[in-house]
Amino acid sequence: MIDSPENSAPLVQMAGISKAYPGCLANDSIDINLDAGRVHALLGENGAGKSTLVKILYGLLAQDAGSIRWQGQPVEISSPADARELGIAMVFQHFSLFESLSVLENIALGMDADADAVLKEKIISVSTRYGLPLNPDRSVFTLSVGERQRIEIVRCLLQEPKLLIMDEPTSVLTPLEVNDLFTTLSRLADEGMAILYISHKLEEIRKLCHEATILRGGKKVATADPRVESAEGLASLMMGSDIPVASTRERNESGEPMLVMSGLNHPAQDQNGISLQNINLSVCAGEIVGIAGVAGNGQDELMQVIAGEVLVSNNDAMHLQSNAVGRLGAGERRRRGLCCVPEERLGHAAVPTLSLTENVFLTAHHRKALRIAGLVSYRRSRKFATEIIDRFNVQCNGPEALAGSLSGGNLQKFIVGREILQAPEVLVVSQPTWGVDAGAARAIHDALRKLADGGAAVLLVSQDLDELMQISDRIGALCAGQLSELHVTTDVTVQQVGLLMGGESLESTANSSSAGVAS
Amino acid sequence: MIALQRRANPSQLMGYLAPLIAFALTLLAGLLLFALLGVPVFEAFHAFFIEPISSLYGLAELGVKAAPLIIIGVALSIGFRAQVWNIGAEGQLILGGIFGAAVALYFYEVDAWFVLPLMILASLVGGMLWASVPALLKTRFNVNEILTSLMLTYVAVLLLSWLVSGPMRDPDGFNFPESRLFHDAALLPRILSGTRLHMGALVAIGVVVAGWLLLSRTLLGFALRVNGAAPRAGVHAGFSQNRLVWVALLLGGGCAGVAGLFEVAGPIGQLLPTISPGYGFTAIIVAFLGRLHPVGVLFAGLVMALSYLGGESAQITLNLPLAVTGVFQGMLLFFLLATDVLINYRIIRKQAS
Repeated sequence: MIDSPENSAPLVQMAGISKAYPGCLANDSIDINLDAGRVHALLGENGAGKSTLVKILYGLLAQDAGSIRWQGQPVEISSPADARELGIAMVFQHFSLFESLSVLENIALGMDADADAVLKEKIISVSTRYGLPLNPDRSVFTLSVGERQRIEIVRCLLQEPKLLIMDEPTSVLTPLEVNDLFTTLSRLADEGMAILYISHKLEEIRKLCHEATILRGGKKVATADPRVESAEGLASLMMGSDIPVASTRERNESGEPMLVMSGLNHPAQDQNGISLQNINLSVCAGEIVGIAGVAGNGQDELMQVIAGEVLVSNNDAMHLQSNAVGRLGAGERRRRGLCCVPEERLGHAAVPTLSLTENVFLTAHHRKALRIAGLVSYRRSRKFATEIIDRFNVQCNGPEALAGSLSGGNLQKFIVGREILQAPEVLVVSQPTWGVDAGAARAIHDALRKLADGGAAVLLVSQDLDELMQISDRIGALCAGQLSELHVTTDVTVQQVGLLMGGESLESTANSSSAGVAS
Repeated sequence: MIALQRRANPSQLMGYLAPLIAFALTLLAGLLLFALLGVPVFEAFHAFFIEPISSLYGLAELGVKAAPLIIIGVALSIGFRAQVWNIGAEGQLILGGIFGAAVALYFYEVDAWFVLPLMILASLVGGMLWASVPALLKTRFNVNEILTSLMLTYVAVLLLSWLVSGPMRDPDGFNFPESRLFHDAALLPRILSGTRLHMGALVAIGVVVAGWLLLSRTLLGFALRVNGAAPRAGVHAGFSQNRLVWVALLLGGGCAGVAGLFEVAGPIGQLLPTISPGYGFTAIIVAFLGRLHPVGVLFAGLVMALSYLGGESAQITLNLPLAVTGVFQGMLLFFLLATDVLINYRIIRKQAS
């Protein structure tokens, strides 16, 4: 198979695949061919139909029209079991692992095999062969996200698949882990495996993939050779128009400290939580401070502590514009100018079963006077909701649409807009562009910049390093509940931030910015 | 194969119509049931649904039975919206009756205007006190309020039966387990002469309006709804969950307590070992039948009250078993749940794969 895939039939031929959901055509007559020995990228914005197509191939969804051929033979894949039978394996974005079981037991469960010495031997041999170090006896809850992903990959490789599907695999990895993963994937492709790689990260695709199929709005718009095509070219194919250029802004170095945390400690709330230890941070008026870190290193806890959802024991550990607020509740902090956008949109930032109007009232009633004589003013709330929808170009059925009916990206725009348009003195956002398409991400970034230019202090917690490097003035990282010192973003490289994310400090390359430690 | 597929846009109109449709279907199924039993269909229908409310007295009885159901039902639905499951309204009702009766008996034969208001106040306190136990246990120790509120109901039943056969027994009552008959100043004014319809019916309507206002227009009502729909979003907005638990339980307890007093100082006129035919429990069904919406609860309360009256009437005129009441209540709930499913889902035919 390795020598000349052109001569034989492709491993997979999907032709004319269509799939409609109520109210939208997710896949519109898509053709795609996958060849053995090649890494094929599936590229598209959110909602372009990538997941739907892959779910059809893996037997999780049935197509409305179109056919699938496997090694030239027509096949019907009506369940994941059928897919595995053929030799298709898939690594999902979200893992389904049992925390309390060992690596060996988890793999055995997924394969209907016994967790015996034979399987253990196999795991060790596969994991060493492909550079995926894994100890079969470790319990899953002790492993990092990267290690957990390795379990899923090893589980797939043990089935000796001919096609490996990877759904946004790098979204949870550190830069170093990404490099390791790419080495493994390249080796697998060299050995003749076909790999379908789903992503919207252009640089990655250019580095790794031989071929790219680009989807937009459920249609296939192009195939390209990502090794030749430029990142800009791929992006414009993906979005249908050129990406607006990033606006640049001057760092404001004279701002007053607005949000200050000094020696803040907060013990974990439960056994899976992270304890925040000695957090020192100050965010000044007019600047954007970025906090990097791999998920699960205390970001959720930090967000809750800052928002006032949980209170720290020491009132003086947190100051808002020189007032101690450690023991103040979330509502009172909002009133004093601190607005937050938590990572989870549905159920945390917004109530899915309530309308956008009511969701506006939820967090904006303190600052936007949405009550008249103590009673809820739906008229004012609706007016503010309409303003958000217009200003942030939110696609929805007007202010009375239920929050749960919006697509993830649109809801995110709405939530970010809701907080920004309250004109907060301090804005704390977590993952503002997670799952948002490039155009919307640009709009959100611009809004954050504008807010900072207007004199607000912005704290950005994100796992997207590109985003952090692009818009933050100073940057630090959370690792195991500890915050690194902050560095001026232009003075550090992505690799150095990667070190910070791993809990290292940059003493050898120490620079002047030690403003992270508050007085 | 038949499968259910979620509708993209469930009809809002149908959401409001569903209880009516369910009621119509219940009638149809009831007629079919009577026909199968060999009972004259028209007469049975008449006995069950028309006869109980064909006189002014009957209509007044409907109000007498519906008032406590509505008062408690509205308060419970506010709590249920916040996912606070007060199942012990029956016990809170009994405590309200006891507290109110205690005031009535303390001021026995005192003919003053303040007696009745004081009784109402006492019943409010009594119901709230009983509900504060689950609230305290829930907020301090995270004990499930379903269990504690339910179990306290049985404590309340025993407390009442001890009181009426001991401290509060009528000294001239030949040792019957009941209190003195209340004097006039301690009885609820009747609002329709010749019937038993009392002030409670007006209060019920007031509670419906107040409940609607609270839920739809106040910050507290909004916080309760958010806490039920997405608790984390409530915390994010700065609503205290413990405070909402307290509010929901005290509201339910207070309303149940007052409803208990209205029974004691209304149709009954004294304290008996049993002061409620399970209004506190039936109000739970009323709350759900009324879509946890105060106006819905108003209609649901009337329907439930009618099913009680109809069951009694059918028993008298047609010798039907009292279980017919339960059957009708069950069918109503069943059809309501079924229409709900069809509002949110459509039935599709799936090819067998």
